[in-house]
Amino acid sequence: MAIEVTVKSANIITSLGFTTSENAQALLAGKTGIMLSSDAKLAPTPFYASLVNTRHLSERFSQIADPGKYTRFEQLAICSVNDALLNADIDIADRKTIFILSTTKGNIDLLESGSTGNSLFLWDTARVLRKHFRLYNEPLVISDACISGIQAITTAVRLLKAGSFDTCIINGTDIISEFVLSGFNSFKSLSSGPCRPFDLSRDGLSLGEGSGTLILSTLKGDMAEDSVAAGDGFSTNDANHISGPSRTGEGLLLAIKRALRDFPLSIGYISAHGTATPYNDEMESIAINRAGLQNIPVNSFKGYWGHTLGAAGVIESVMSIWSLQNGVLFGTLGFKEPGVSMPLNIITTSQKKDIRSCLKIASGFGGCNAAITFFRK
Amino acid sequence: MNDQLVISGFCTLRQHRVVHNGKLLFEDPGSNTVEFLTAAYNHFRISYPKFHKMDQLAKLGFLTTEILLKDTDINSRYKADRIGIILANSSSSLESDRNHQKTIASRDNYFPSPSVFVYTLPNVVIGEICIKNKINGEGNFFVMERFDPLFFANYLPQLFNNDIVDCSITGWTEVNGNDYESVIFLIEKKKHTDGGIANFTVSEIESVYIRK
Repeated sequence: MAIEVTVKSANIITSLGFTTSENAQALLAGKTGIMLSSDAKLAPTPFYASLVNTRHLSERFSQIADPGKYTRFEQLAICSVNDALLNADIDIADRKTIFILSTTKGNIDLLESGSTGNSLFLWDTARVLRKHFRLYNEPLVISDACISGIQAITTAVRLLKAGSFDTCIINGTDIISEFVLSGFNSFKSLSSGPCRPFDLSRDGLSLGEGSGTLILSTLKGDMAEDSVAAGDGFSTNDANHISGPSRTGEGLLLAIKRALRDFPLSIGYISAHGTATPYNDEMESIAINRAGLQNIPVNSFKGYWGHTLGAAGVIESVMSIWSLQNGVLFGTLGFKEPGVSMPLNIITTSQKKDIRSCLKIASGFGGCNAAITFFRK
Repeated sequence: MNDQLVISGFCTLRQHRVVHNGKLLFEDPGSNTVEFLTAAYNHFRISYPKFHKMDQLAKLGFLTTEILLKDTDINSRYKADRIGIILANSSSSLESDRNHQKTIASRDNYFPSPSVFVYTLPNVVIGEICIKNKINGEGNFFVMERFDPLFFANYLPQLFNNDIVDCSITGWTEVNGNDYESVIFLIEKKKHTDGGIANFTVSEIESVYIRK
């Protein structure tokens, strides 16, 4: 009998809320967290981004620990993991529990202040979380650009299926900093307003920050708790360009094919990367068509909370799992008129729909692509 | 029955030396990181103009892999999508992070550049190796305080046993200021090799890693 990896609990924190259900309510109301900000500490000129309110974060965090002793990144990650743990009957300190941190830049905002301590090292950041939660094992840290979150979930599923661990806590976190804003700006990849995934007039991505936590386990719980399982994930490389997606979608297509290779169900819903850059969305439309999935309902969450980078794969997987559990598919905020060359069944408005399975995909710098499935049992 | 994995080749770049399968191939005492990488590139007569655009981490990983893969014929022996690249280091892309930070340190002299920023992600080194060697398989970049043979010994067999890779370029590639260290292994199933250099076990990975 094959080992099944089920979802025990989850949380997401974005500009739209500190719990998954707060976020879901905001999405159903069609709200976006992408706002014009004129924080001179982050950029010389006003910019659109989805930012978590720092005062609200500190208030939340002060119920858990002293905000003065943790960085903004750590506060976000700890708040998210803490909330997910409230709803999960697991022993976090158990020797069969592993923690995986997914991030692109960790505490990169400290680089500006000339920090020379260990806080800039991602393994040290993970160790701060280990100490806070009294984890038995040294956490793993995965940094694979924009596919980091899916890679962390994929790695968790592999470790759990191999029996190395019983339970895995996956956290994906990234914060907005001048470092990241200036970099994406130099690429001229930022949108002039809130991003518009797959739309004809899309002109770039909106950056966002947040944290997502997914707790997976092979331990049996009650039926309701075990209602969604994670399938196998895969990653591929385009071997084409380090900062632009392949024009043929070959790498993403390969990742999708592999993720569906042993998957027994047909896919009911696709959670796309949908960054709203002209090239990414075009490439995804080609890959989805080449995989024969062009009629499957597809959305992008980026219009709600922007591109949360190393957190995106976790945050968007959590929201997709919520869709499976609650029978609701979310509309693609910002999308009005099809703007990719291949036909897609884009979900325009949020709607009730009973679905059993979901495909989550992403692509990122370095030419990487990833795909993973989730299904309702 | 799971296949036994072996280290069929390894290449080490550290402390001004290039060692391939235990043999010292090149030495450039007194050089700093940039000088050493350039000297090694010239010494091995590698002709790849893109090399000069790479950051130090990508140059280090790229050079190590070029020397490691020479004459291994992996492209004809394995399908491109069945070759994986699993790398790790301690500092992620810190060297390029510092370089990008310099470009935004002053509002009067603000010059962030995409050619610097793109290297502020550690997995880009995997992308560079994939482009050069036309590799499409599984790629993953882990960050850990120091090289951990136990992690690799536990993680890699799963990729082979679950039919994800048939061959993997795996190891450590780290740059932080004038400290650099790259130790990259070619991992294959024993039955596909002439026995390999060492078994892919914790103790043998450790002993190959520390070999001077």
